[in-house]
Amino acid sequence: MSGLQDSVWAGDIQQLKGLVSERALNGETIVLNMGPQHPSTHGVLRLMLELDGETVVTCVPDIGYLHTGIEKNMEAKQYEKSITMTDRMDYLNPMGNNLAYCLAIEKIIDLDVPLRAQYLRVLLTELTRINSHLVWLGTHALDIGAMSVFLYCFREREKLQDIFEIVSGQRMMTTYFRPGGLWRDVPEEFEPAVRDFISYFPARIEDYERLLTDNPLWLDRTQGIGFLSAQDAVALGCTGPTLRGSGINWDIRKALPYSSYEHFEFDVPLGQHGDVYDRYLIRVEEMRQSLRIVQQALDSLPDGPFRSNNRKYVPPPRSELGTSMEALIHHFKLWTEGFRPPEGEVYVRVESPRGELGCYLISDGSPKPWRVHFRTPSFIHLSALPHLAKGYLIADLVGIIGTIDIVLGDADR
Amino acid sequence: MGVTSKLGDLGIVTVRLEDAVNWARTRAMWPMLFGLACCAIEMMSTQASVYDLSRFGMELMRPSPRQSDLMIVAGRVSRKMAPVLRQLYDQMPDPKWVLSMGDCASCGGVYNNYAIVQGVDEIVPVDVYVAGCPPRPEQLIHGIITLHERVKQERITDWA
Repeated sequence: MSGLQDSVWAGDIQQLKGLVSERALNGETIVLNMGPQHPSTHGVLRLMLELDGETVVTCVPDIGYLHTGIEKNMEAKQYEKSITMTDRMDYLNPMGNNLAYCLAIEKIIDLDVPLRAQYLRVLLTELTRINSHLVWLGTHALDIGAMSVFLYCFREREKLQDIFEIVSGQRMMTTYFRPGGLWRDVPEEFEPAVRDFISYFPARIEDYERLLTDNPLWLDRTQGIGFLSAQDAVALGCTGPTLRGSGINWDIRKALPYSSYEHFEFDVPLGQHGDVYDRYLIRVEEMRQSLRIVQQALDSLPDGPFRSNNRKYVPPPRSELGTSMEALIHHFKLWTEGFRPPEGEVYVRVESPRGELGCYLISDGSPKPWRVHFRTPSFIHLSALPHLAKGYLIADLVGIIGTIDIVLGDADR
Repeated sequence: MGVTSKLGDLGIVTVRLEDAVNWARTRAMWPMLFGLACCAIEMMSTQASVYDLSRFGMELMRPSPRQSDLMIVAGRVSRKMAPVLRQLYDQMPDPKWVLSMGDCASCGGVYNNYAIVQGVDEIVPVDVYVAGCPPRPEQLIHGIITLHERVKQERITDWA
């Protein structure tokens, strides 16, 4: 079999000079490949590990196995047509990506967003956060060895997928947020479905906690593993639950509120020890807090339009096309040529389930963006992985990869 | 399966060997745990509680290509990933099948650019294509059943 021979690396160990320690070059430690096809690297992450026995000495992440050229593709598309691309970037947080991109466009053209749309955006992004944390919890537990949690998490996830399907017609890649508001108003089945979820879900979180939080096996595998001090977390640029696990109170929803997050009451859970277990507790608590926000947003959902009335940037309602010449012209212009934002550059940030998701947008006044860049939390957290993994056993590495909650689509784009 | 009971109530059935072999292959076709991108999440949904792929004899997802029969290419294949994917395919023992899940794996999808292989059939032979971005779990199950129907038609060429 030619495949077998290919898999044996024929290179010279001296080529790795600078990446691994001197001891590996002398043959005292071994260099081991992990991934890109590995069940617990959460996608196509490849790690080059230097091992002293079973202890990780160095760990060098190799990314790019899922590089999709999304940012470059966006330069060739009109602003509104790129929203579908953002869904597929961090595929566990499609609504959050939509939101970051739409907020950037809205900021550069100073577009108003009606309050109803803002509240619905908050509601749906929080449901997406729960959705993402459910996948994280299921796979993280599966990696560490708790199979049944995965099955429970995906059972609840299906209910959320149904809600997304109700609003947008798609289970995962919703493309529901548009510059100036939403694609359409939520249908009438939406509210009962969300209320049903709100009443159903808290007891399920209790179930997960009963399975894991006091489970001695879980404690053994997570407590004191993957320690990250507060100073290191800041220095490495960690955000989101990874940063808050080290006890630093920084949540963009609280610190720099966007999309009317300042109207909602919620707590930001903080860790004390900065280990895998604390970050687990934080994400579980975040699901509860997200549910609180969803409840508040649904109870106080204002009536009114679901998207801006600025016809230069937002398409007119379909019903007007038959009666109004002006609406027809606007519609035609928007779908053929696209809109032209003023020249300039903006940076907006949102709190994705993984941390700070930033969108940096440069416009040269044409219907297509000159440059779009995403500051994605997975990429930043991957650069913190060597620091986190150093000195732990190779069996703990699986838990450490899980705890920073990387999505390779987010890191590679 | 074409079972014919020729021997009355002796509890013995006769069947063509091909049918029996193909039936066995479809009832325990182990897919490889090989997720690339968004479609992998839907593949996990298909495997998990609600859709329960183990109903179709796919109880186990094997992370090792040496233990798997079916490669579900779930997601976009970048040019950097392509040689890895081919190597994994080569490492799978015969008989082996490939299911291309989603638009990106089937034809490049929305990413007609420098980074993405325009269809995984440029690298490995594909048996069944499943459309969708990402396909619903029902669509994936339909693709798998289509593959099963195909496998049942296969002829044994090497009787040694």
